Amino acid sequence: MKNKYFERIYNGLIKENPTFVLMLGMCPALAVTDTAIHGVSMGLSTLAVLVLSNFLISVMRNVIPDQVRLPSYIVIVASFVTIVSLLLQAYLPSVYSALGAFIELIVVNCIILGRAEAYANKHTPGLSVMDGIGMGLGFTVALTLTGLVREFLGAGTAFDMRVFPKEYAVGIIKDAPGAFMVIALFIIIMNAIGIKTRQRELVNSNGCDGCCAKCAMRCEEKKEEEAK
Amino acid sequence: MTRLLLIIVLNALVSNVLLVRFLGICSFLGVSQQIKASASLGAAVIFVMAIASAVANLLYDNVLVPLRIEFMHTIIFILVIAALVQIVEMFLKKKSPGLYKSLGIYLPLITTNCAVLGIANSNIGSGFVDSVLTGIGTAVGYTIAIVLLAGIRSRISESDLPRPLRGAPVVLLAAALMAIAFMGFSVLEPVIKSTLGGA
Repeated sequence: MKNKYFERIYNGLIKENPTFVLMLGMCPALAVTDTAIHGVSMGLSTLAVLVLSNFLISVMRNVIPDQVRLPSYIVIVASFVTIVSLLLQAYLPSVYSALGAFIELIVVNCIILGRAEAYANKHTPGLSVMDGIGMGLGFTVALTLTGLVREFLGAGTAFDMRVFPKEYAVGIIKDAPGAFMVIALFIIIMNAIGIKTRQRELVNSNGCDGCCAKCAMRCEEKKEEEAK
Repeated sequence: MTRLLLIIVLNALVSNVLLVRFLGICSFLGVSQQIKASASLGAAVIFVMAIASAVANLLYDNVLVPLRIEFMHTIIFILVIAALVQIVEMFLKKKSPGLYKSLGIYLPLITTNCAVLGIANSNIGSGFVDSVLTGIGTAVGYTIAIVLLAGIRSRISESDLPRPLRGAPVVLLAAALMAIAFMGFSVLEPVIKSTLGGA
């Protein structure tokens, strides 16, 4: 029994890591990972919204009519995002101003709608919460690692502590191109040492990699058609 | 006229939505296998973003501010965008089947495209004309970037890559090189901003 819950966490952290494997929610993963601290804060904010929305959607999964489920999910997620963003503005204004628009854009983060659609509306609240924690942790770890590497190489610091003099830092890693490079590097490493992830080919083959809930639906339709 | 052009250039090239501001990356990586498909997506984004910017701006100034529910803007905007996309889809289906055929399947994707919501949010406080122009400029920048990436990807797909690089990593690396190229435009930023401020 316990295994089933831990399996969700392992699944989120490694097997279906949202950033490095599923390639969901790439916008914040690229945009706010210039320092490790920004990465952690963004990851934790997303985790909070993900757990709350997974829980509520799972509780209400038998109440929400099937035809209007996506709009309902969007309203639920948007409400939690507004709550989190107001809380951050009130208690951690510095974090809020650093992450800026990307807190509010958690609404359209593919991870959240994707998990609602793929997991929370089919499973019990307990499992859905664990799934949210697993996915959220996977996202947080990915963002923190990316942020750490970019901050270390790009500014010579780690969690705002100086490691080597600024003059030796490669500024471009901290800028926009570095975001793409560092994430690519992580995926290359994961591929090279052959960490067992969910079959990537399956997602890639129908041109739906890195898409969102609506696209996932279309993929399912496509698969059903192919099955027929 | 100059102002119009400058706002579009500023948003399309200097602060490119995909390569500088990192909005809408999902579709940038997901729908860039073929030039034709990505050009259609770009056209759909231009269409929706122009309308969404206009509607969101009017709604914020005329409904949310008088009712003092500005904090609800995220919820309202995402619902408006979702409804708008649905309406545009139905309208196109009825009135212009040709256009619907080429844009139709990309329209639902745009609801969850964070670029549209991001621009609606960042337009808060600017005037109506400026908002619409920003929307159009941003979407033009989006189209330029995604079509360029699709062109690069169609070449990459024929080359023999080391195994770990295949799939996502090489696309990300190509995007990184594009981002370096687009950093060149940042020189224009102070010039444009000062001209806009003076005008």
